[in-house]
Amino acid sequence: MTVGEVDIARMGYDPLRFLTNFDYGKVSKLPGGQTLREFRLIADEGREVEIAPGVFFPAWTFNGTVPAPTLRAREGDRVKVTLLNASSHPHTIHFHGFHKAEMDGVPGIGRGDLAPGETFTYEFDALPFGLHLYHCHSAPLKRHIHKGLYGTFIIDPKKARPQAREFVMMMNAFDTNFDGENEVYAVNTVAFHYAKHPIKVRRKELVRIYLVNITEFDPINSVHIHGNFFNVYRTGTSLKPSEFTDTIMLCQAERAILELRFPFAGRFMFHAHQSEFTELGWMGIFEVSDDGV
Amino acid sequence: MASKRWLFGLLPLVLLIVLVVLLFRFGPLGVFRAAFPPVEELTISRVTLETGHMFIHITNGGPEPVTIAQVLIDEAYWQFEVDRDRTIPRLGKATITVPYPWVEGETHEVRLITSTGLTFDHTINVATASPRVDGRYLMTFTLLGIYVGVIPVFIGLLWLPFLRKLPDRWLAFFLSLTAGLLLFLGVDALNEALDTAQTLPAAYQGTSLVLLGTVITILLLVAVSRLFVAGGDPVRRRFALATLIALGIGLHNLGEGLAIGAAYSLGELALGTFLVIGFTIHNTTEGLGIVAPIAKERPRLSTLVLLGLLAGAPTIAGAWIGGLNYSPVLATLFLAIGAGAIFQVVYELLKLMIRDERAPAVVYQVAGFAAGMLIMYLTGLFVAA
Repeated sequence: MTVGEVDIARMGYDPLRFLTNFDYGKVSKLPGGQTLREFRLIADEGREVEIAPGVFFPAWTFNGTVPAPTLRAREGDRVKVTLLNASSHPHTIHFHGFHKAEMDGVPGIGRGDLAPGETFTYEFDALPFGLHLYHCHSAPLKRHIHKGLYGTFIIDPKKARPQAREFVMMMNAFDTNFDGENEVYAVNTVAFHYAKHPIKVRRKELVRIYLVNITEFDPINSVHIHGNFFNVYRTGTSLKPSEFTDTIMLCQAERAILELRFPFAGRFMFHAHQSEFTELGWMGIFEVSDDGV
Repeated sequence: MASKRWLFGLLPLVLLIVLVVLLFRFGPLGVFRAAFPPVEELTISRVTLETGHMFIHITNGGPEPVTIAQVLIDEAYWQFEVDRDRTIPRLGKATITVPYPWVEGETHEVRLITSTGLTFDHTINVATASPRVDGRYLMTFTLLGIYVGVIPVFIGLLWLPFLRKLPDRWLAFFLSLTAGLLLFLGVDALNEALDTAQTLPAAYQGTSLVLLGTVITILLLVAVSRLFVAGGDPVRRRFALATLIALGIGLHNLGEGLAIGAAYSLGELALGTFLVIGFTIHNTTEGLGIVAPIAKERPRLSTLVLLGLLAGAPTIAGAWIGGLNYSPVLATLFLAIGAGAIFQVVYELLKLMIRDERAPAVVYQVAGFAAGMLIMYLTGLFVAA
């Protein structure tokens, strides 16, 4: 495991708080009664993200963090996302979901790339419900993604899912020496952070994990949770689980909602079941107790 | 008048100092600092092993300080401690201790990751516990040195009676053969020196170090031989030449000893075995080279023993140094000195050959020179095997 601690205050990013942080946008009603959610993202560069204690990654960010904020809407809401490009490179936002071609955030189609200093508002209805993501689609794509321009986009079904303790986990990785291979793997950026600071849950309570794979350079990533099995809702587009298992694998941009309850108290590991990724940082611990604190 | 002359001698120096100060304070050097990220350079000079632990010895040979952020062994982040500050200054050294259950006989990959995310790698080809300095260890390496350096050289010296009975033209052949094999050894040593120089941190300027070691050795030996070898007595000159050859071979054998010791301490055991057998065969020819110039004289036995020791014993010292504390800087320097010593001897031999104006000799000389290099090439195949 890595030696030392990252400086959360200096970085302006706390992986533990990120797990449960949702941005619902500025909410208002449109004349027809449709809910409008307005989000604002600023693309910027020069943020040194401490991806492992003492290892600084020169990231490109939406709103200053990697991953970017988790945006959350309800099925059918009108979503408006305004992007300001405050960096020196062109950027876009490409949302996964239904939308018109000119809202696709791809270079050369519709508004396409936003030059430095430009602003654009992406507008669409939040459909279909499920677990999605957004990321920059400017070229070179590999670099724009792996530099950190990605976030989770959750569309809740009209009839809400059961009450649960919810966590967002983006499986990501970083190539620090530009050799096309990752030196650091993690969920939510910081290697081994949840191993050093376990995620606390209550015994028997419903735990819901929004799991997104945004790992660059490696074709797949995976998760295995110890001492437990979980229901899998692939892409979150159905309310019926497709699978009951303890390990799943996702390719890049694939995602799944996992639901589980811990029957026993204690510390339970979760990690990529590619042991190489595990030992390069993608490992954490759930701390299960009767009071959940 | 004299003081005025000194003044003019110093003036450019003073102006240079002023220029450097001005450049630092007001010059456009900021462009270098602002425009480029720091180029980090870290050299893992060696990794030593003891049960359950690895010790990574590093040198910062780059222009900027380097901070060790994390250590990976076999692609896994691992616990580690640095024996001083984790930020290594320019030309600073440090040792990183890693508690790691390494496996005897297997390969391990060491990777250091710095604060900027750059990585520096080292491969432990065959893991084995690093030798400890004790009597048994010193004994082993002394024996190795004797087997590789001393005994073969003495075996080679036994060609003396054979040489003595040869007609002049055949003696010319063997003298040239000596020059051929020495030239081969010299190029070999120079090549080794340049190879080792490549592993040094950039700040040590490995190639220039080889140049310095080689040329200064040549210059020193030329001066020494002018002082002692020159002079009317041809017999004395031949003995001095034999001594110089023995010294040159000795310095070269020091390099061989280094290679054997280092192969052992770096865990390249298979390589070490081949080196030992190869050098043993190779070195027998060196004895021949020493006695060739004095074949017609009647050297005393004690003289021969001294010459043999001068050529062979440095192998022992080399094996000690290489095995106990493998330092690429020292190795480069020793190999360069060895190369220089040999080139100087080749130069002396060539002078001797050219002065030999007896008519039929030139064919024998050419054939001998070629044969000398061929022999080295062929016996060298054992080292490479």
